[in-house]
Formats: sequence, structure tokens, C-alpha cells
Amino acid sequence: MFDPMGAPPALWHNGPTPGGFYNFPAIQTRPSEPITHSKSPVTTATSVIALAYDKGVVIAGDLLASYGSLARYKNCPRILKVNENILLGASGDYADFQYIKSFIEQKIIDEECIGDNIKLKPKSLYCWLTRVMYQRRSKFDPFWNNIIVAGIQDGEPFLGQVDKLGTAYTDRAICTGYAAHIVLPIIRDFLDKNPNPTQAEAKALVLKCMEVLYYRDARSFSKFQIGIMDKEAGSSIEGPLTCEENWEIALVAKN
Amino acid sequence: MASILCPDVPSPGFGFENCRRNALLENKGLAFPKAQKTGTTIVGITFKDGVILGADTRATEDTTVADKNSEKIHYLAPNMYCCGAGTAADTEMTTQMISSQLELHKLNTNRIARVCTANMMLKQYLFRYQGYIGAALILGGVDTEGSHLYMIYPHGSSDKLPYVTMGSGSLAAIAVFESRWRKDMDEEEGKQLVRDAIAAGIFNDLGSGSNVDLCIIKKGEVDYRRTYEEANKKGIKQGNYKYPKGATNILSTKVVEVEDVMVTRIEPERMDTA
Amino acid sequence: MSMIERPYYSDYSSAPIQHQFSPYADNGGSVVAIAGDDFAVIAADTRLSAGFSIYTREQNKLFPLSDGTILGCAGCWCDTLTLTRILKSRMQMYQHEHNKTMSTTACAQMLSTLLYYKRFFPYYISNVMVGFDTEGKGCVYSYDPIGHCEKTNYKAGGSAGALLQPLLDNQIAHTNLDKVPKEPLTLEKALALLKDVFISAAERDIYTGDKVLINIITKDGIKEEAFDLRKD
Repeated sequence: MFDPMGAPPALWHNGPTPGGFYNFPAIQTRPSEPITHSKSPVTTATSVIALAYDKGVVIAGDLLASYGSLARYKNCPRILKVNENILLGASGDYADFQYIKSFIEQKIIDEECIGDNIKLKPKSLYCWLTRVMYQRRSKFDPFWNNIIVAGIQDGEPFLGQVDKLGTAYTDRAICTGYAAHIVLPIIRDFLDKNPNPTQAEAKALVLKCMEVLYYRDARSFSKFQIGIMDKEAGSSIEGPLTCEENWEIALVAKN
Repeated sequence: MASILCPDVPSPGFGFENCRRNALLENKGLAFPKAQKTGTTIVGITFKDGVILGADTRATEDTTVADKNSEKIHYLAPNMYCCGAGTAADTEMTTQMISSQLELHKLNTNRIARVCTANMMLKQYLFRYQGYIGAALILGGVDTEGSHLYMIYPHGSSDKLPYVTMGSGSLAAIAVFESRWRKDMDEEEGKQLVRDAIAAGIFNDLGSGSNVDLCIIKKGEVDYRRTYEEANKKGIKQGNYKYPKGATNILSTKVVEVEDVMVTRIEPERMDTA
Repeated sequence: MSMIERPYYSDYSSAPIQHQFSPYADNGGSVVAIAGDDFAVIAADTRLSAGFSIYTREQNKLFPLSDGTILGCAGCWCDTLTLTRILKSRMQMYQHEHNKTMSTTACAQMLSTLLYYKRFFPYYISNVMVGFDTEGKGCVYSYDPIGHCEKTNYKAGGSAGALLQPLLDNQIAHTNLDKVPKEPLTLEKALALLKDVFISAAERDIYTGDKVLINIITKDGIKEEAFDLRKD
């Protein structure tokens, strides 16, 4: 009966073992289902590329919003001019981006209403977005985006990235999504060889990167926008532009 | 019937007799050792006179570097080489085995083996194992039909393309090719391009690192450049970490007298060849 | 005939990857701190990474809390940003309330409390703090993610922590070197050792590399130094 090596026997038939909990028959205690939040993005936009040059910044992203593998919306701009100091680009969930965009725009309007002529600076927006993203991740209900804040502060070009966790960093070249794996190596190599490119060089590089990305990222698109902010010339968003395309390789690649 | 006098010849190939036991043990929570993976950058291009293969030399085990100078361009035949990414043992063994089969093929047919033959052998072999042999390969070579470059996936599909990349650094490397590859490049341009593609992987992909290996295959000529470039120099240590003799404390000593042992030497007998 | 059960190898699983949100990320990085009688040094590499990619090669992971206390953080970067911001504001509040700077020992206790406050949703950070203790000697405080605190003379934390700690044990505490006479640790020796262990870590740990930033605290204040590592 009593097994000195094994577990102690139940106190009564179908009852608990000594030290164990008694499971009342016919009552199943299970924790209630947790609250569910958006756990994955729905309509998504692919990579953003951003690069600082000697007197400013260049930022680019295509115009496609995908629905899974479906190229669903083909005219979704996601390079934003926040004010005279800041450009912003976002990849990831497009709905979340539009929501973030709406409250950034409201922030700018509120600021204008004060009328003290103080304008939001890129580092401030970057820092603030860091907190917004971190707060949402802590609620387990993240904004599913990677956001790049680009601009000029105190005469220096500024680039910063925030992801859905609130992970944030600044650098001279920043890419989100597939671009971080595919074209960021080309941009880093370019900056190693030419640490202070001109605006024309930086723009040419970004155009090349958009082309390479269009070849290899299946969620990318040939129509895109480029935002440029220059210390002297001010800022502008150009586009829609179209990628250069060359598919001659198809002829070389026959078996 | 097997007996001690006449044992069964073991069947060739893998042994699967422990599969069921292992599945049971794993269900009970036994952790199995992880295979060494080569998070890798391997590439290949065709150029005017042949093909150039390239590889980095880092082999990783999770987040630690297991081998700082691993050889990833494997010999297949005098006119063919093969880069391997994925599970280190699988790439090594698969290429060795196909290499020996190609040699036999050459001796049987009295001809230089063709690259498409090697491709067929590799993909059919890998397909048989449904991806369980984790070898992602880039096969390059020159034969009577010209120069050829294939990429072969672990599940057994293959692609024939003028420039290919594989491994965890493949995205970094492919961008270099997509922006700079042209038809009929000369050898110097080709080497520089392959170097840059591997370097993109080495510096931007954490699974790739250390040096650049190249292998230039032309008709009737192979130039295998092991450590074509040392992309990263190891830092110079300032301290001296040699231990002085007797640095470690001896906690206790015990001397055991060894008894005299009789040693009988047995002279080898000559084989009976009568 | 029985079906042979197919073995499960996690690497070859064909099950669909569940896209579940994880609030944590491992952004790598290593921190090493060494303290002597009249100094304390702390160093961290500058590589910020995730998975197999490098976010940036120039990320400072050392946070001076006051003129005599420095914190080094490695692990989940978004938690580090948040924690260090909270610490900074706490330092300021203390300054305003007491009209003096918080001592290293007080900082060490405060960090422990802040970490344990998040016991069930922790900051995923490996923290190392350096400064001077109440006797005026250099000291190192090391933490686990939920607030356990230990006062030592040297500590390696972060992605290469497990790789480096035994080496520091051997070289500083002379573990298994009983016959070698122990000399007092000088700043020069500590700095040389610090650089050497980072060279070794960069060789074998994929998350450590690019550059090391070193902060040296002496009686004269904080001095900064930088030193390059391999970039692959």
C-alpha cells in the first residue's frame, strides 16, 4: 500500500494528496481569457531609408500599403513633413501610422495656437515618440511601426529611429524593415568611403537603394517619395518618383 | 541470416534506429545538443572567363563564435567547387560524398564531370532527406558547356543564375550584386565585386565574420585563395597572460608505488600467403 | 505495422511561426567594471544590435548619474532608456530635496529598489554601477534584472559576461593562482586588463564589438577614453 519511494497516497478516494490542493468535482478553475490586443500588423508599409549628408538629411519610402501579400493600396504616402524642422517616415502598420500622424499634427496645431513662435525640434519629437511607443509596448498593445525622425537641430543633421518596443537610437544612416538588411550595408560602405557626401551624392545613393530594394523586397513598389531637408534650401517632399528598372538579367539567367 | 561468423553488412547511409528513443527522451525533457551552424555569407558570380566563389570564415554556435577561420568553399572536382551554408557537418559531409561520387563518375565515363551532373546529384540527395540535411549550397564550375553557377536549397530545389548569395548574410551580399554586377566582367573587377559582397556580409551580418576566401575557377585552371583578405585584424593585447610555473597550488600529493609488471612482447606473425 | 514517430527538431519545425508580441528584445552589449583603492573604471562596447543585425555602431551604454557614480547597462535597450531616465529624474529630485548629490551607496540601493518595483514585469537589463563607497574606496555594484544587488571589486555583465567573469576572477582575484604573489591593483593594470578582455570578447561574442567606451573615476572626477574593436 504505502510506497516509501513514491508520491504519498491521496487522503481519500479522488481526494488531494497531503500538501496538495483539492480539486472540487465538476468545477473547472481556469484563468479567464486574457484581454487581446492587436498582436500583428494588418495593412503594412515596407522599409524607410534615411541618410544624413553634410548639410541635411534625405529620407525615402515607397507608396505601397500591402494587405498581407496583396499589393492593396498603391498611393499611401508615409513621408511626412511635421514642421520646418522635422521630416518623419514610418514603416509597419499603416493604420497605426495614420493614428500617430493625427496626434503629431494636433501637437503641431496646439503649438501654433500658443503663438510664441517656438517650433518643435527633431530631438524633442524623437524623445517624445520613444515614450509613446514604450508606453504602448508596456500595455502589451504596441503601435506596430518603425518610425524615423529626420531633421536639422542646432545646425546639425539629425536622424533617429524608434521601433514598436520603444528601442531608439540615432545614427548617420538608418533603415527600417528589409532595407536594414538589404541596403543599409551599401549605405554604410558608402559613408565609410565618403564620410561627408553632398546632397546630390546622398540623393543618388538613396535612388539606387530604392531600386535595389524594389528588386529584392517582395513588399516594395516602384513608386516612392523622397523627403529632403537642407540647412540652406529648406525642406521638401518630392514625388511620386519612379524607380529605375532593369530586368535584362532575365535574359542572362536562362538555363 | 546474421551470425558471429557471418555478420550482416551494415546498410549504407544514415542509421535511424534511435529516432523513436530520441523522440521519447525529448518528450521527457532531455535537451539534445545543438548542431554547429554556419550563419554565413557565401556568394558566387559568373564573369568573362568562368566563375568566382566567395565565403566568409565564421562558424557560430548560437551567439558565440565556434570557429574563427572555418573553410566554407569545398572541393568537389578539379573543375568544380561548392560553398556551403547551414549546418556545418551537413555541408561538409554532403560535399565530400558527392565529390567521391563525381570522381567515380569521372573514372567510369572517362570524361570531366559536368556541373549540371553535380547539381543533379546534390539536389536529388538533399531532396531525399526532405530538408533534414541542412545544407544550403552554391555550386560553381567550368566544363565543356561553359561556366555554370547554381544555388541549391536544403529541401532540394535549385536555381541557375549569373550571381547568387546564400546564408544569413545573403541579403547584404545580394544588394552589392544587384547594384554592381554586369555581364562579362573581367577577373579583377569580379574579384573586387565578390570581395565587397562578402565584406558587406562580414561587417553587417553578425552571423558572418573574420576573413574573405575566394575561389576563381576558369577553364582548366583553379585559383583557390584561402584568406584572400583578412577583413578584421585581432586587437593587440597589452598584458601578459602566461602563467608562471607552479602557479597553481597543489592541495595534496600521494605517491603510489607501481609493482613490477611482466611485459611479454608478441612478435607479429607474417600473414599466411601460401 | 506501427508508424515511426517523426522526431521533433526545433530547427526544422514546419509549424507556422506564431507572430506573438514580445515586449522584450535582446540588444546585446557587454559591460565590465573594475574598482581599486583609489579608482573605479567601467567600460561598455558601443554596438547596439538585434538578432543578426547591427542597429548602430556608436551607442554609448554608460550613464553618469553624478560626478562620482556611473551606471553601465546591457540587455533590452528600450528598458535601459526608460530606467536611466527615471534614475536621472530621481537624482535631480534628491538634489533639490536635500541640496546634495546622492552618494554611490545610496544610488546603488535606489537602483535595487527601482528594479524590484518591477518584479513581475522586469527591466531586462544587466546593470553594473561604479563609484566610491563610504570609506572612499572604489567599488562595483552588480545587479540581476529584478534587483538583487551585490557589492564587489570587479564584474563583467551583458552578452559576454559569462565569457569574461572567469577571466577576471583569475586575473584580479587570483583564483587558482595561489602561488603567484598578489599585488595591489593599479589603474594602469586595470585599464590594460579591461581593454584585453574586450578584445577577447569581440573575438568570440557576436554581440560585442565596434568600440569600447571607458569611464574612469578618480578623486579628480570622470575621465573618458575610447578604444576600437573589430567590426565584424
